[in-house]
Amino acid sequence: MELTVQIGQSVLNALAYLGSLAMLSARAAYYAVVAPFHGKPIRIQRAISQAMQVGVRALPILSLITFFIGLILALQAAYELKKFGAMNFVASAVAISMSRELGPLITAVVVIGRSGSAFAAEIGTMKVTEELDALETMAINPVRFLVTPKFIAMAIMLPCLTIWANAMGVLGGSLFGVAKAGFTFSGYLHATADALFLRDIISGLVKSFMFGITITAVGCHEGLVTGAGAEQVGRSTTSAVVVSIFLVIAVDLVFTALFYFLGGQ
Amino acid sequence: MPSSPIQAQAPAISLRNLRVSYGDREILHGVTFDVQQGETLVILGGSGSGKSTLLRTLVGLERPTSGEIWIKGKNLATISDEQLDTLRRHMGMSFQGGALFGSLTVGENVALPLREHTKLEDPTIEIMVRLKLDQVGLSGYEDYFPSQLSGGMKKRAAVARALAMDPEILFFDEPSAGLDPIIAAGIDELILELKEAFHMTIIVVTHELASAFLIADRMVLINKGEVVALGTAEEMRTSTHPRVRQFLDRIAEPAVSQELDYLQMLTEDRHGNRR
Repeated sequence: MELTVQIGQSVLNALAYLGSLAMLSARAAYYAVVAPFHGKPIRIQRAISQAMQVGVRALPILSLITFFIGLILALQAAYELKKFGAMNFVASAVAISMSRELGPLITAVVVIGRSGSAFAAEIGTMKVTEELDALETMAINPVRFLVTPKFIAMAIMLPCLTIWANAMGVLGGSLFGVAKAGFTFSGYLHATADALFLRDIISGLVKSFMFGITITAVGCHEGLVTGAGAEQVGRSTTSAVVVSIFLVIAVDLVFTALFYFLGGQ
Repeated sequence: MPSSPIQAQAPAISLRNLRVSYGDREILHGVTFDVQQGETLVILGGSGSGKSTLLRTLVGLERPTSGEIWIKGKNLATISDEQLDTLRRHMGMSFQGGALFGSLTVGENVALPLREHTKLEDPTIEIMVRLKLDQVGLSGYEDYFPSQLSGGMKKRAAVARALAMDPEILFFDEPSAGLDPIIAAGIDELILELKEAFHMTIIVVTHELASAFLIADRMVLINKGEVVALGTAEEMRTSTHPRVRQFLDRIAEPAVSQELDYLQMLTEDRHGNRR
């Protein structure tokens, strides 16, 4: 009896949490799409500088990581393919697993570490130092002012980063392909292009867009609900990272299943 | 300037039986008083007296559970968010720690409300910013970031930002908290200057007695969420009310000596009601 009550309570809490994430996303969407027509312009400048921070500055570390991931995928695929003498399938194995799954996912994890945590810390600190209250007393809506530019930046930059990550992964795979699987570099790229269908790439990009929304919603929500005191900012940042990773994987599962059953193959 | 404009006008702020709760804990138990146009009212009270909650409610950061707050003919307890935002353009608030935006320069901080709420051109805004910073004694600090300013300068910058929209009512939360006596005196001086120069209604929350007696036209003492006394500085000084005397004479809360009081304290629940 006690257990059922506890489980019920946890489920309710989780649903309430998801509800508040959805609410925050909806409000941000309102200020991004509807409000500009009512004379409340988007802070484009802020969105661009956020995009710079979230996207462009992430390129070096993301490139390195996804290059390694591509190389790892090639090695792992080769381990199995070698038994069948099918080393020429390494290119397609890397291309498909990168574009459908690992490109979006690794990009999301890197962005959670760099930006999801930063969002929570930034907004949480502003909450603790009464800057959010100051915004409100100046009749400036914190969601419009702080959260919406982040949503815009993330929704645009995450798919872009994912395309870049896919390319770097293929490059990583080609290193093995050229060195050990008997490909020429251009041959490897041809094999990659032949293996990929547009829907593989699109499904990855749709996922990465959803990841961007999820990470921003969690990061900003955790920041906004920060309690009093500096140690609470640390708590918000930690839970922003943990919750984001969990939710990104949950979203990944939902959309992968969706594509599988809708795509019919 | 008419000789006594204060009596002629309706009050700037009217509180009627204001109650505010956090969750199921009631902080303010029915507060009623008026703030006259152009007066400087100091809200005095110890830590946990509810004075900060009162201030947060006055600027619309907390919604009252019951009662009325009338400002410019609007009841803050019932108005919509849009109306509240309209009203807020006539109010300025200087927060305890300044609450300046760390990612913006001092100049951008002061310019922010102007950029958000007016259609002024950039050069005009720049002039306004310089003017406001000059008023608080910070000319030339436009391009500094808040982290590069001292505590007193941060407070001055925060006041400049609060003044940006030429508010009719200016709120101060603990203006001298965390400042050394000389800098704190400078802030008091600034409040007096603003009072002289603009005749705006100023509401200051503080527990600093020296500063309160220097700047206040009238003061109100809050204790345990209730108004204990309300009057001019002179009336407060000569008051015989035990709580007022205790606060003004800085007498520590007496150790519970009488057995009856002790018994009462033990049997009171958190809401101050007898069980």
